[in-house]
Amino acid sequence: MSAGAGAGANANASGAADVIGRPAEPPPPSSLARERWHAACRSPTLIAGLLILTFWTVCALLGAGIAPRDPYADDLLATLAPPSAAHWFGTDQLGRDIFSRVIVGARDILIVAPLATLLGTALGTALGLCIGYFRGALDDIVSRIIEALQALPLVIVALMALAAVGTSNSTVVLVIGFVFTPLIARTVRSAVLNETDLDYVAAARLRGDGALAIMFIEILPNVLPIAIVEMTVRLGYAIFFVASLSFIGFGIQPPSADWGIAIAENYSLIGSYWWTVLFDAAATASLVIGVNLVTDGLAGVLDT
Amino acid sequence: MIAIFLARRALLSLVTLAILSVLVFLGGQLLPGDVGRAVLGPLADARAVALFNHQVGVDRPLAVQYFDWITHFAVGDMGRSFTFRSPVAPFIAQALVNSLKLAALAFALVVPLGIAGGVWAALRAGRWGDRALVLLGQSLGVVPEFISSIVLILVFGVWLHWLPMSADWPEGAGPLTQLRYLILPSLPLVLVFFGYIARVARAGTVEALDADYTRTAILKGLPMSTVMRRHVLRNALLPTITVVASLLGYLAGGLVVIETLFHYRGIGALIYSAARAKDFPMLEAGVLTVGAVYAIASVLADMLSAALNPRLRAARA
Amino acid sequence: MTDGATADALRFEEVSVTFRSGRRELRVLSGVSLAIRRGESYGLVGESGCGKSTAAFAAIRYLARNGRVSGGRIWVDGRDLMALSQAELRRLRTQSVSMVYQDPGRALNPSLRIERQMMEVFEVAEGVSGDQARSRSREMLARVQIASPDRVLRNYPHELSGGMQQRVIIAMALSTNPALLILDEPTTGLDATVEAEVLDLVARLRAEFNNSILFISHSLPVIARMCDRVGVLYAGELIEEGPASRVFRDPRHPYTVGLMRCVPKYGLRKSQSRLETIPGFLPSPGSITDRCVFVTRCANATERCAREAPPPIALEGHLARCFYPDRASELPRQSSLAPPLPTVGRAGAALPLLRAQHLSKTYQIFGRPFQAVHDVTIELWPGETLGLVGESGSGKSSLAKLLLGLSVPDEGSAIELSGDALPARAQDRTRSQLKALQIIFQNPGAALNRSQTVRALIGRSLRLVGLSGAAREVRLREIAAAVRLTPRHLDEKPRQLSGGLKQRVAIARAFAGGPWVVVCDEPTSALDVSVQSAILNLLVDLQAERQVSYLFISHDLNVVHYLSDRIAVLYLGRLMEIGPSQRVFAGPHHPYTEALLSANPSREKQGAERIRLEGELPSASNLPAGCVFHTRCPRKIGVICEREEPPLAQAGGGHAIRCHIPAAELGRVRAPARPGEPA
Repeated sequence: MSAGAGAGANANASGAADVIGRPAEPPPPSSLARERWHAACRSPTLIAGLLILTFWTVCALLGAGIAPRDPYADDLLATLAPPSAAHWFGTDQLGRDIFSRVIVGARDILIVAPLATLLGTALGTALGLCIGYFRGALDDIVSRIIEALQALPLVIVALMALAAVGTSNSTVVLVIGFVFTPLIARTVRSAVLNETDLDYVAAARLRGDGALAIMFIEILPNVLPIAIVEMTVRLGYAIFFVASLSFIGFGIQPPSADWGIAIAENYSLIGSYWWTVLFDAAATASLVIGVNLVTDGLAGVLDT
Repeated sequence: MIAIFLARRALLSLVTLAILSVLVFLGGQLLPGDVGRAVLGPLADARAVALFNHQVGVDRPLAVQYFDWITHFAVGDMGRSFTFRSPVAPFIAQALVNSLKLAALAFALVVPLGIAGGVWAALRAGRWGDRALVLLGQSLGVVPEFISSIVLILVFGVWLHWLPMSADWPEGAGPLTQLRYLILPSLPLVLVFFGYIARVARAGTVEALDADYTRTAILKGLPMSTVMRRHVLRNALLPTITVVASLLGYLAGGLVVIETLFHYRGIGALIYSAARAKDFPMLEAGVLTVGAVYAIASVLADMLSAALNPRLRAARA
Repeated sequence: MTDGATADALRFEEVSVTFRSGRRELRVLSGVSLAIRRGESYGLVGESGCGKSTAAFAAIRYLARNGRVSGGRIWVDGRDLMALSQAELRRLRTQSVSMVYQDPGRALNPSLRIERQMMEVFEVAEGVSGDQARSRSREMLARVQIASPDRVLRNYPHELSGGMQQRVIIAMALSTNPALLILDEPTTGLDATVEAEVLDLVARLRAEFNNSILFISHSLPVIARMCDRVGVLYAGELIEEGPASRVFRDPRHPYTVGLMRCVPKYGLRKSQSRLETIPGFLPSPGSITDRCVFVTRCANATERCAREAPPPIALEGHLARCFYPDRASELPRQSSLAPPLPTVGRAGAALPLLRAQHLSKTYQIFGRPFQAVHDVTIELWPGETLGLVGESGSGKSSLAKLLLGLSVPDEGSAIELSGDALPARAQDRTRSQLKALQIIFQNPGAALNRSQTVRALIGRSLRLVGLSGAAREVRLREIAAAVRLTPRHLDEKPRQLSGGLKQRVAIARAFAGGPWVVVCDEPTSALDVSVQSAILNLLVDLQAERQVSYLFISHDLNVVHYLSDRIAVLYLGRLMEIGPSQRVFAGPHHPYTEALLSANPSREKQGAERIRLEGELPSASNLPAGCVFHTRCPRKIGVICEREEPPLAQAGGGHAIRCHIPAAELGRVRAPARPGEPA
């Protein structure tokens, strides 16, 4: 309550009658950013997910530095040894320590998948903004193409493209990035369509704002939360994809200690030497679940 | 009214397929650059490469090649495989049949399970049961199929010896035996898609439960079972149908990893091996077939949607 | 224990309803007590957030999961509502209580035919099914005056108009002849003429069925028309209650007094006086418990009011929750009675400021042409307000968009600004042209970009004037002050502002560039009555200060009559009548205008016959030939109406009417009583 109750503080009334105990105004709700921050701090899924991601990011960054043994050192005397005190996760066909390999295996996938996701999100958001704002012929054509591409499972599209251009980390980033672009564009487009129905867009036109200004200054801030959530969803799928592609040989290439490759290499031994695949599998699973938890938590926070 | 709507939908699908065929063709023809070089390798003689290119007809104008390809495809002639030197079509046909069997089983398991889960969660929306189910479904959904396959193989194949580890059933096996071989490969699919279907079913059910018309039905004094059956579920499951159709398309062609893992001769595996061998006719035919399956499934889904949703049948939105 | 036929239909005893939101508990209703006797019609009136809908749903025990009845008891038809088991509750909902909803389109299941939805009522209430249920349904539809019940039974909800849908809902509600019929804003969102029909229907059915009625509405005139007794809710408390005629004629609570004064009286004009306002803001539900809930806005308040919560004080069946009910009528006015400064107006202007000629707009939907606006010619002079009136489908919003350049008119249309041709598209207009023509939208929530601060929202419009830096800041503050925004508001975002404040920001934005013409598209329809009057006063002041012209679009005739110098009436995209406000309101009128005026619930109700419009609004893609109104016109003279479109005939004094009937023979709705006389 403002001490200066009266005509000054209550500037909203058109009259000036002085009234006992009249507050200046009701306290406004706190800013959106602050509310979201509080929600974020209280979201168990977001925190759990971030912890997992942080753990693997540290592994990716420090790699061999924190591994107990050299991940690439062969030890032909101790091949296919089961988990023991010396080798916590056992050893593989060449006697390499699986625990160390699992730690460094995080690196490639945590470079390729996020890069692909960023590429796809940037392109997809820009594309979605354009087709959602301009609509008309552009929207029709691009939407038809997107629909056509969606008729194909992404794995197939990726296979075709990688078969043609050859497989390397950079081509994988590009292919997955481009493959994600239409999906993200589709989500951003429907968010943009909702926004263009609102009158503030018309008001901007009446101010003489050009198309670019309206798309990026007026509309983008409002669809950003959706794009961000979509990006984290895509990150989970990117990891899914890169791992699967690596498994079938069209993703990250040997001699990386990547988990997908390790599983592919040792898969035939699964009958008798389960440790050669299980730990890599568990690591992959934990990473994608971590990303998923972040997505879930973030979606909850941005919904506020 | 409904006939016009369906005709329009079918026409749109054809357009989509046409665009797809162009994209596939361009992808297959343009990207590898010189096809002959790509197939015969960098050390082959230039003349042999030119001869090869002439034999397979890639030195003709693009439009001619496309037209030739698509007209033949439409009548079932999908060209000749580079690798096998024999017509592509029989391989595709057999592989498609196999994939559809696996897809059917996975479908029959995951769709009822997913819908039941989604509706169950919706009835407890906001409470812990709902949150747990959604989170579980989503978490299972992002785990790559080969990961869950490995775990399942370890548990059911290696440790418990209940199910065979590969889907390569012996020749002449009867339907029951085939079923036994197919269960393990279908389980990862169920895990991956359960969350997805449950989420859509849940969203549709929540929306229907919150709708004004459900309130009207409850306030008329109708018993809850009638309200659910007659008012809620009909409208709730409408969006699920479209999603389920796209699932069918994915199941038919996207199972590269599963089919490879379980040594199953489905169309995904066929496309994969064609990609590795750079057998472009096989690759293109396989991809277009998968697209066609999806398009057909889409039209079926639209038909079902229109049957259930009267507003769609009107000629105008 | 139930007490059979003599029990009240509904009784609330100190009922409180609480909602849990996050960690906080909000008390939406506090200590409400009321009783509705058999056969009585009780109106519950209040502004948004007062709890009236909550009261309705509490009476049928249908609260959201996070809500509960935290105090008091409720009896429906003599039975203790909260003590019922689920089965008994269902039976109560079937037999004793029925509800009619605000949005009839959404209250019907879009995937089921009307037949199915009606039959299920009889199935559960009377245990009949099949043909029997169908014939009962048919019977009920006929009783709500639906002409072809069989056809309607086979329809899906989206195939019916809003008025028809509401009739179906009413039919379903009355099927079981319930003791209590609850109507929750049943006509909000319906056109005026349709609203009048539905209200007539409810009144007629009430006589036939003799149910008790709980009528919820924010519209005072509607409640005055339909109800025997009325209760006024404010911030969850029942602050006044009594017979409708008494409460509206002689209110005893300062809030009711203020509310009555805020509504522009039928016939009031801006040249006569300003609109009254209620200062201050609505408190959040349940935040004030230890003192009078209205004290922060009451000009009569004393120390005592700030210390103690007043109990209801009864004066012969009329109660008021106020310590000083006798002083209510002496409540000091907030805005002076003196009228605002007049505008310069037309005198001395050679050219109209804005002239649109032969404006047409045809949309193509699925290949079928759909005429939104057809051959409309209007002029706007400096300093004047042209009111644009019409119901849904009239094309008034489309017309506004055409003028502003937000949509492209058909060939043959021409728009001129001060004599110079104006490009059809906003993108093609010069900066000074854009500056000159601005708009205030209906829904401020959608019209303000929620991710921008007020400063950015207004500031970006100042770019039109070419200002930046310090000069921009100065002008920004100037404009903000002109619309009574404080500097503190400049850094807030729309979600932190109330509806009224948001609309002020929208007004500031429109005026930032110094416009000549401002189109006001239903600027106050989304606001509460007490806020509306402040905004209207602001608009009038700004017009006087800056000599702007307004094109004021609204469906509320009283507001249009108050503000406008001239009025234009649109029907299905065509101009039906245009002329000075007084003349249009006094008559002679176009038959459509006549029907609109007679549908106005604020008019005298006793003795005045309602002009009824037969039939439904024709589909815009399939317009009638000749005069588009002939399918519903009560004054249709014959074949000429079906063949020839009438010209806009002059009726003297700048008044033109599009009708074959000569002006002298057209009807006149009884002239409005002077403000202050009983409505």
